[in-house]
Parts: sequence; structure tokens; C-alpha cells
Amino acid sequence: MKSNSEGLVVDGIVSYIDRDNIDTDQIIPTEYLKSIKKFGYEDYLFDGWRYKDDGKLGVKKEDRDINSDFILNNKPYSESKILLSRDNFGCGSSREHAVWALRDFGIKAVIASSFGDIFYNNCFKNGVLAIKLEKNNIEKLFNLVKKEAVEFSIDLQQKIIFLNDKDKINFKVDDHLINRIIFGLDDVDISLKEKDKIMYFEKNRMISKPWIYANE
Amino acid sequence: MKTLYDKLWEEHHVTQLDSGESLLYIDRHYLHEVTSPQAFEGLSKKNLKPWRLEANIATPDHNVPTTRGNDFNSDQIKDEISKIQVVELDKNCNTFGIKQFDIKSTKQGIVHVIGPELGYTLPGMTIVCGDSHTSTHGALGCLAMGIGTSEVEHVLATQCLKVSKLKNMLVKFEGTPAENVSSKDIVLYFIGLIGTAGGTGYAIEFAGSYIENISIESRMTICNMAIEAGAKVGLVAPDKTTINYVREKSFLDNKTLEKAEAYWSTLKTDEEAIFDNEINIDVSKIKPQVTWGTSPEMVVNYDDEIPTPLNADKDKKKNIELARDYMGIQDESKLSDLVFDKVFIGSCTNSRIEDLRQAAEVVKGKTIADNIIEAIVVPGSGMVKEQAEMEGLDEVFKEAGFIWRDPGCSMCLGMNPDQLKPYERCASTSNRNFEGRQGYLGRTHLMSPLMAAYTAIKGTVGEPS
Repeated sequence: MKSNSEGLVVDGIVSYIDRDNIDTDQIIPTEYLKSIKKFGYEDYLFDGWRYKDDGKLGVKKEDRDINSDFILNNKPYSESKILLSRDNFGCGSSREHAVWALRDFGIKAVIASSFGDIFYNNCFKNGVLAIKLEKNNIEKLFNLVKKEAVEFSIDLQQKIIFLNDKDKINFKVDDHLINRIIFGLDDVDISLKEKDKIMYFEKNRMISKPWIYANE
Repeated sequence: MKTLYDKLWEEHHVTQLDSGESLLYIDRHYLHEVTSPQAFEGLSKKNLKPWRLEANIATPDHNVPTTRGNDFNSDQIKDEISKIQVVELDKNCNTFGIKQFDIKSTKQGIVHVIGPELGYTLPGMTIVCGDSHTSTHGALGCLAMGIGTSEVEHVLATQCLKVSKLKNMLVKFEGTPAENVSSKDIVLYFIGLIGTAGGTGYAIEFAGSYIENISIESRMTICNMAIEAGAKVGLVAPDKTTINYVREKSFLDNKTLEKAEAYWSTLKTDEEAIFDNEINIDVSKIKPQVTWGTSPEMVVNYDDEIPTPLNADKDKKKNIELARDYMGIQDESKLSDLVFDKVFIGSCTNSRIEDLRQAAEVVKGKTIADNIIEAIVVPGSGMVKEQAEMEGLDEVFKEAGFIWRDPGCSMCLGMNPDQLKPYERCASTSNRNFEGRQGYLGRTHLMSPLMAAYTAIKGTVGEPS
């Protein structure tokens, strides 16, 4: 397998949103789900908090009433590659657009104490690393990032977050998930290698459970 | 000893991959206009076709206006961007040959309402859809879950989902609830109890005497909101009620049905099966529930005090403050002090015939309160609409001052013209009270159809009878 060398380390400014249960409606409101494209969602990330007006798909950032209190609107956070939050980040709707918006904005890793199941899965399918840490570690990181703007360096292969020159935190994530980012694997290609097994399974199921295959 | 989830998992397990994940065979795949276009595009780019066309059923629901009337087609949608998405679904279904109940169809509706009622959802199936409320179908004993768009493409291409197994949770609801307490109250209470992350990583099986005694529609309301407790999968073992429901809706011939029923009757958790987590709830003590904040777990009894940051735990303080602020809760100490502007009865949680009947009974012969600017009833599907009209429910609602609409997701989410204006307070039978969910700066209070109907008449929440 060819490794994607850029995928091995994520370096960058850490922005943070200090609240629980940030749902995918907050990450990207439904209005922007009307797009039929897979890219171009960067201006709509956290739309309800980032702007003081009601946005529409296609309206540019420059024409919006920007909320200067919101972290991502201020330098150096507007260049963030890492986002820190708390419990149950990405709960709610299954919209993959939430991950697309984070990715398009430039976020390569989200660190939280827990994630919504569907969002967590969607992250790794789009090259975004989702890192779960214990609450005490999350607290430690919040103390650090609230003092001043900091950069973390995340080593994907070693599964370590380097906070600065001396401190680091190890994290756990399934190899198959992280390999998807490191090697840029495509799920459809992987699964279609099992084509014969799927066909065999299906053939048997057609005989044993014919009602599944009945048509109106 | 196995749980129902274990059995469904094994039944559909094709193979284990090197990664440790499994390929799970998918029996039914529902599609709608919002999460499918990028998946079809991906399929085309790879030069692939849907693995098994007949597994797929599509309908537009999120974007559709609910004031369509007769002979409305996709081209007549006024919002140009919404129109593109609905037309794109038409195109994709035509190009690939997928069966669609399109915007003109009398059977169109919210995807989770039409699947079961048209007989496409059957017990024991694996069901996926690019929509988190796919857990709804678990009410018929299916392993059903919401997926992202990459997975929609994967299922189209391979007829399989690449997944790891979930943990098992058993939630037993025992007893008989008060008359004004519905399955919506029960599930809201449950979410309040375990929190919106309480079910993360689990498949939840709902059981107990309460579940055994309720209809499939009521079970759907509970499984629908499993995701609001964090669980992708919610399910109920098929029983007589399930089989009667399926018999009524099914297009299968009798012989096939009988064979299927023999199998469906085996779909239950073994008596000695062990769950990773087990919760018992006495439903006789539950009161009607209403959410006060911006997460479904921010829910209390309708007559309770609204939580304040003053006596909250340290880690909850900030969440409560932010939610109260967004919801415009100032001096009001009780939910019944809040004055409502709009009422929405609908959504994949509560837009089925049983829901409409319950609400109609409350509003019959009465008129909506002066402070209610708009009260809408949006049946979940063309079939529900037709049935309700046959029973005269539309007239009951209209006479009380409600607006009777055409089927769709409507005001559950701000994608179609049915939206709240900033700061409007809405009594809603939907499933999410997130910030801006029903419209920019709108304020959502989740509740049962009974309570929403009561709120329409009284203008505030109270004890529905």
C-alpha cells in the first residue's frame, strides 16, 4: 500500500468550542444541504454562530454579517486545522455535509470526549481524524488552549498528540479507521474485492428468504 | 444465547474483512433527495451500477413544499435550489432505474412513513437510508440505521454496509401509562434519563409490557428517537401486532407471507441472553413531557420548573445558560408560563394516522388560541392524508383553525418553505430542538401530538385531557 505522506502528521492551530452536544445542525444548517456537490461548504461551517444573519446557499462570506466574537472568525483561529470540543460532538443528523464543511474549512482533526456514532464514521471517510479523549485530558487541553493560541502536532501512526515540546497525550483509534486516512483507502474498492462472497450470500438468501426479493 | 440484534447481525453477515470490520448484507435501501446526489455521482464516476436495483426505494421529502395541491411537479418548486435537488432525484432514479414515489405520486411521503405503510419494510430486514431517523423501521423488528452519503454510495455499489458490531442495550418499559401519556412522552422521558449520548455505540432493544401493548405506529415513534438517545439502532421484536400490521400492508401473496411469518416468529432475544446494559422504566409514573432547551435531553414534566444554572452541576451550568438564552427563557419559571406562536403536527416521529387521530380528538369543536399565529398539520404521506380525510380529520383541524397540508418533512427542519421566523416559539411533534432546526433563531419545544394540539387551543402547555 502506498502511504499518503501528508496524512501522517497534522500540525496546526487549535480552535475550540467549549460546549457539549454540538449537533450536526450547528456544524452546518439544513439550508446548505440543498447543494448537490461534495465540496464548497467552508463558508457555511458553524453558520448560525459564525454570522449574525440568516445565510443562503451561494451567498458569499464577504456579503454576510460576520460575528467577530466567534472564534473561527479571528486570527490565528481562522487558520485552524484542529478543533477541540467536549461531549457528544456531531450528534444528531447523519448529514455527511457536516464533515465536508469541517474538511473544506481546513479542519483535519476534531478532539472531543465523545462523538455521535454516524458523524464519527463519516469523519474517517473524508480524511478527518476524530480523536476521543478522557474528560480529564479534554479539561487539560481546554486549560491550555484558553490561555493562548497554541499549535498541536498530531502523529497519526504513533497515535500521539504533541501539545508542546514536553507534553504529549496518547490516543486510541481503530487501525482500520486511521489507515483509511493514512492510505486514502476507498471503501467501495475494498468491499468489491469480496464480490464473489456477496454474490454467494445473496444467492442463498434469495432461496431461504424469498420475500425479501419479491416485487409489488 | 443471543439478543435479537445479535441474530439479525449474524443473519446478514457476509464476511469479515482484514480490517476487522464486517460486510453486512442490506435488504432494503431507502433514498431521498438530500443525501443521495453525491452518492449517485460517486457511483457514476466509478462506472458502477446499483448492485440490486429492487432493493432501492426513493421519495422526495425534505425539500418538498407542503402547499402543492393537485398536479404539482418538481419543476414548480419555487426555491430554485430545492428544485435542483428534487429534479436531481428524478433524474438519478430515471437514469439508474430506481423505483421512486415522486412528488406527483399519491404514495409520496416522508421516507420513514411510506416504507412500512407500503409493505417495503418487513421484519428481520436490514434497512439503511441516508437519514439518521432510519432507526424508525426497527419498530418492525428490523436492523435499521442511518448512514452517511459515502455509505449510501457503498450500499448502492455493493449491497453491503461496512460496519463493526454495536453493543447491546435492553430498555424495558413496564406498566400502563396515564391516558394523556403517549409513546412520544415515554421516549422523551427516556432520552432525558440517559442523555443524548447515553445510547452511543449501542443497538437498543425496547421491550416490556408497555411495548407489547402498543401499536406499530407508537413503536415507530420510540425507535425513531433512539438516535436522539445516541443509538443508531432501536428495535422491537416482532410479535402478533407486527404480523397483523404487515399482513394489512403487504403486497406479498399468502403462501410467501406464511413462510415469512414462521421465520419472523423466531426473531426474539433468547431468554438468557446478556445485554451490555439494561434499563427498567415504570411508565405508570411518567407525566407528559416537554423540552425546554436546545437538546432533546433538556426535557421535563410539563408542570415542572425549567432548570436554571443556579442549582445545576458545574459541568451542566454552561449548557443550561446557553440553552435558556437561545430559547428566550427569562423570568418564566415554568413551561406553562411560556407563550407559543406556532404549532407543528407532523414529521417522521409523529405524522401517522394514530398521531393525527389523537390530536384531532383534542381540537374537535374548539378554536386555536389568539396568540397562535399558525398551526399546521402535515400528514406523513399521501396514504395517511387520504385516510385522515376519509375519517374527516382534515375538517376537524380546519374548523379549529389549523392549516391542512400536503405530505413532507415540513417544519421539522428548515429546508422547505415551512419555517419559523426568528424568535418564534413552536410547539412541535418533531424530534430535534436544536438551535435553528426549524428556522433561523426559531425556538422549538418537542412534545406529543396530544400536547401540541392542547397547546394550539390553550396557547400554552398544560395538562392535556
